[in-house]
Amino acid sequence: MSDARTKGLGDIGAMPGDLRRSRFSAALMALALLVLVVSSFTSLDLQWSKFADDQAEQRMLKFFSELLSPSMDSRFLKNTTVAALETLAMSAVGTLLAAVAGLLFALPATQGAGMGRAAICGAARFVLNALRSIPELVWAALLIIAAGLGPFAGTLALALHTTGVLGRLFAEAIENAPGGPALTLQTQGIPGGRVFLYATLPQIVPQLLSYSLYRWENNLRAAAVMGVVGGGGLGALLSFHPRFSISPPVERDWRRI
Amino acid sequence: MQPPSHGLRRQTTPPGFHGAEALTTASTQPAGRIQPANRDPAWMGRLFWACAGVALLLPALIATEFKPWILFEPDSLRVSAQFAADFFPPKVEPAFLTMIARETWRTVAIATAGLALGLLIAIPLAVVSTTVLSVSAIPGRMHAWPLIVRQTVRVVLIVLRSVPELVWALVFVRVVGLGPTAGVLAIALTYGGMLGKVFSEILESDDRHAAQSLLRNGAGRLQTLLFGALPQSAAELTSYTVYRWECAIRSSAVLGFVGAGGLGQQMDNSMKMFNGSEVAAMLTVFFVLVAISDAVSARLRSMLG
Repeated sequence: MSDARTKGLGDIGAMPGDLRRSRFSAALMALALLVLVVSSFTSLDLQWSKFADDQAEQRMLKFFSELLSPSMDSRFLKNTTVAALETLAMSAVGTLLAAVAGLLFALPATQGAGMGRAAICGAARFVLNALRSIPELVWAALLIIAAGLGPFAGTLALALHTTGVLGRLFAEAIENAPGGPALTLQTQGIPGGRVFLYATLPQIVPQLLSYSLYRWENNLRAAAVMGVVGGGGLGALLSFHPRFSISPPVERDWRRI
Repeated sequence: MQPPSHGLRRQTTPPGFHGAEALTTASTQPAGRIQPANRDPAWMGRLFWACAGVALLLPALIATEFKPWILFEPDSLRVSAQFAADFFPPKVEPAFLTMIARETWRTVAIATAGLALGLLIAIPLAVVSTTVLSVSAIPGRMHAWPLIVRQTVRVVLIVLRSVPELVWALVFVRVVGLGPTAGVLAIALTYGGMLGKVFSEILESDDRHAAQSLLRNGAGRLQTLLFGALPQSAAELTSYTVYRWECAIRSSAVLGFVGAGGLGQQMDNSMKMFNGSEVAAMLTVFFVLVAISDAVSARLRSMLG
């Protein structure tokens, strides 16, 4: 019926096919979204009522009133300072290790150059993806088994995750570097390693540095919560402190850093 | 083998004895100096920064208790070898797999519910704090009260997102106990702050012309949002939200480690039990989950353009 009408009117009454299809898919998408959200809320046993009982209210009130009076005990402040420095050191060492390891992995993970090493490239990429998709905290929880509780496990965890991230970024940087200088050296018969050192690397060093520094900033934040699973740093104080009077100094330290 | 003091020796021997390179340098440079061409002009700086790097690195290594050899001590090596050997084959019992599937869904559900609540926080705060929708921002300098309200909302958004979701989760776990409620709230607060700030920035960065015309002709804030600002920013806003959903799935898996439910909590339990095969199965599921949400989010965002 409506088809016949739109045909009779020519193109005036008809929606353009594209628009119609995209509206249909948008409606479908919205419906799927609604189903997802509703089923999320209904399938989780969310206990909002726990907020309503006065015990929870008391705990909240107590917590927030303590939050407003940061602990200024000198011994505690000293602990916090040490922990903050430890966090800083963890992030720095972790990022440094990751930058070195990331570059080592990025070299085989680089595509192109027509060297017929697709298998190696695929394997290196798989390793980088695996390193990257497991969050720092999960790495830390795994590494505690091998390295014991403390900042070393946290540092290694940061290094492993960041290796995955930086390795991929570095590989992309190498791929996108202008190929002219490398080709020039290659045609002169210079071996591959030196071609990389003298032609490709100098062009991408600023990019590598800026990626590394950016990840350092991220890692600083990640290192601060690493202690929650036993990885040392500020998070250890936060998670092992029985009361929450510790929170304000922690935040202040982040701002300071 | 060249003696280290060949630069000095050149003073006494005729240049012809030294091969082509020495010949050219010696003929263009006054005698008695080390060949400048072979010297790194920036060596002082390099030496300084290398020393400074080492000087900074040493205390850092001490602070992080950087002792790689403890990884290879027989005791820890035995434990980790046992744990790693347990990884293969991963546990695939039906009962365990259904548990994993349920927990994976819970992880996704926590992320989705948290993000939905986060949007409830973010959208009103973004609408209040963005300057595009504000009549009082049109003349340039703002009236005192609107300015105060706007800055207060911005500070609230900053506080919400400057506390990591893990810390929020720690707080809420102690208030409402273990379970997904803490995770949902933690994601809602952190992501609410993050989305609110970015939404208001996206609205401000797009072309303001349509919104300003509407405002000047007497349209209200909501009308301006719906008819002036939203039509051009909707795709970007949605795309950013989808990207954050992907991030929320990753962080909700991590939140389980502090007891907020989902895959992370089970992983934490299995790790505490040193149960390698369970951990291996869960890591695989987690890997696949991240890859899927990555792909879905990339596809949705490319559809939005």
